[in-house]
Amino acid sequence: MAGCLEGECHFLTGNFKAKKRVQYVKKVLEELGIEPERVEMFNLSAGEGPRFAEIATEMTERIRELGPSPVKPQNAA
Amino acid sequence: MIVANRKPLAEIREMVENCDKILILGCKGCVTVCNVGGAREVSILASILRIARKKEGRLLHVDEMTIERQCDPEYIEQVKDRVGQYDAVVSMACGVGPQFLSEAYPAQRFFPAVNTTFFGGAIQHGVWAERCAGCGTCIIHYFDGMCPIARCSKSLLHGPCGGSANGKCEISKEVDCIWDKIVRKKMEEGHLKDLLDPKPPKDWRTARDGGPRKSVREELVQ
Amino acid sequence: MSELKSGSNLEKVLKAGHFAFTGECGPPKGANVEHLREKLSHLKGKVDAVNITDNQTAVVRMSSWAACAILIQEGLEPNFQMVCRDRNRLAIQSDILGAYALGVRNMLCLSGDHQTFGNHPQAKNVYDIDSMQLISLVKKMRDEQKFMNDEEIDVAPKLFIGAASNPFAEPFEFRVYRLAMKIDSGADFIQTQCIYNMQRFRGFMKRAVDMGLHERCYILAGITPMKSVGMAQYMAKAVPGMDVPESLIKRLRGAGKGKVAEEGIKFAVEQIQELKEMEGVAGVHLMAIEWEHRVPEIAERAGMLPRPKV
Repeated sequence: MAGCLEGECHFLTGNFKAKKRVQYVKKVLEELGIEPERVEMFNLSAGEGPRFAEIATEMTERIRELGPSPVKPQNAA
Repeated sequence: MIVANRKPLAEIREMVENCDKILILGCKGCVTVCNVGGAREVSILASILRIARKKEGRLLHVDEMTIERQCDPEYIEQVKDRVGQYDAVVSMACGVGPQFLSEAYPAQRFFPAVNTTFFGGAIQHGVWAERCAGCGTCIIHYFDGMCPIARCSKSLLHGPCGGSANGKCEISKEVDCIWDKIVRKKMEEGHLKDLLDPKPPKDWRTARDGGPRKSVREELVQ
Repeated sequence: MSELKSGSNLEKVLKAGHFAFTGECGPPKGANVEHLREKLSHLKGKVDAVNITDNQTAVVRMSSWAACAILIQEGLEPNFQMVCRDRNRLAIQSDILGAYALGVRNMLCLSGDHQTFGNHPQAKNVYDIDSMQLISLVKKMRDEQKFMNDEEIDVAPKLFIGAASNPFAEPFEFRVYRLAMKIDSGADFIQTQCIYNMQRFRGFMKRAVDMGLHERCYILAGITPMKSVGMAQYMAKAVPGMDVPESLIKRLRGAGKGKVAEEGIKFAVEQIQELKEMEGVAGVHLMAIEWEHRVPEIAERAGMLPRPKV
């Protein structure tokens, strides 16, 4: 989940609300026995292309290390 | 409104452990207002249960529906053609809902997805606090609109007790001492002597202590 | 205050104009009568009456009335404490009759610490009536010989009625009015929460005296000797309604290792001596819980011995 830098949201508080929801989802994942790190909130501005690439890479690596989602159906669709 | 909290997921999952097909039934009343059992929360719970099931390598078919209220026969009536199609129905309404449903549809199982707690209101967005204990004999006019039965941990009628400190109740710094508020308000208004009139012991018969209650409006009964 | 209300030793001592001196003892966390007797042995002859606590801090102990009965067997006079937290008006009236039948003549009416403090926080909350109503109830039973519901009592309990007062709880300005209310409701004697801030207590007593409360009710000041710096700090921070001046904590610290308890006792003795001379104070209530063996020494040094025989 990517949102604007705190204090610079075009929609004023959208990024704060999103952050809270991400925290909620992490809690639910934990309750379900799924790694909460599979969901993460990052803050950056629309102009920060390189940072976006950085985050995307970081997240991809993280997921790769965590392995396939435990929720994926046993037989591929 | 009636305030409730969703039960821990582990408890709900255990209730539907042997079910393959369930309906989650929300309510547009109090539980919608306190963001616990309205259409959105029904959706979220449905998602959660599906994911949880998938993780076990099993499937759970979850349908979602939200009705006006679950405390009136005319709305309970509306689901009569649907409830029979499931292994169980999970109600997200307050404790009244699953009971009304159970009575109307005795052949079906209705599980409570929430723990109903108290009568209260929102003191800020996302925070609800208890205000009324349903004692059946409202006396808040003696206390400048504040209820010591619901809001004093000891339901004192001649507080505050010796444990009141910094305006907080002895049981927790998170709990305001309502008697501190009452006394200060009366002192401010110069009506302190109102509090010096002893109050007789409460007649708890009108409260739940007297047994399960009913309210009948003769002029409305057909 | 002409005829005796209960005929208890405490009442007679106060009525005769002596400076009263009461103690306190917590019943055992079991039926360990031997341990109770051992603690009581230190208090015999040193105090006019002994308060017996009632599931103090919501921790389950032998019932107060039962411990009171044992006290009477040991030749001491109990002050039966009852809280409103654990019993409804039926059990309250029932226990009052039982306690009186077993020889109890003094009773302290309290609200009681909330059960979240104790060792059974899951318990159902009772608080059918509050301490103010309990005082009125005991007075009604004694003076009108009637139960709460106005039925006649078959031999009414004649108890000397006590209540607690916390001069330092908030709102501070209201405490003396609440004390007055308790006296209006029927309190014959008051025991205050333990005092450390003597200056503030003097202010409180001045207000009580101005209102003439000391003429309608015997006010006993509560004293608890500090055993350690840790205890003083704990009471200053963690006990609601407790006022522990920084100067006292400093004094205790300054006493040096191994000498703090002695300094604490010294302070308590000084307090008692000052209270003896304070207008409106009819006595001292010494709460040396689990330190009963030091009571004889404190009583001696504070000039409280011998206790008057009335």
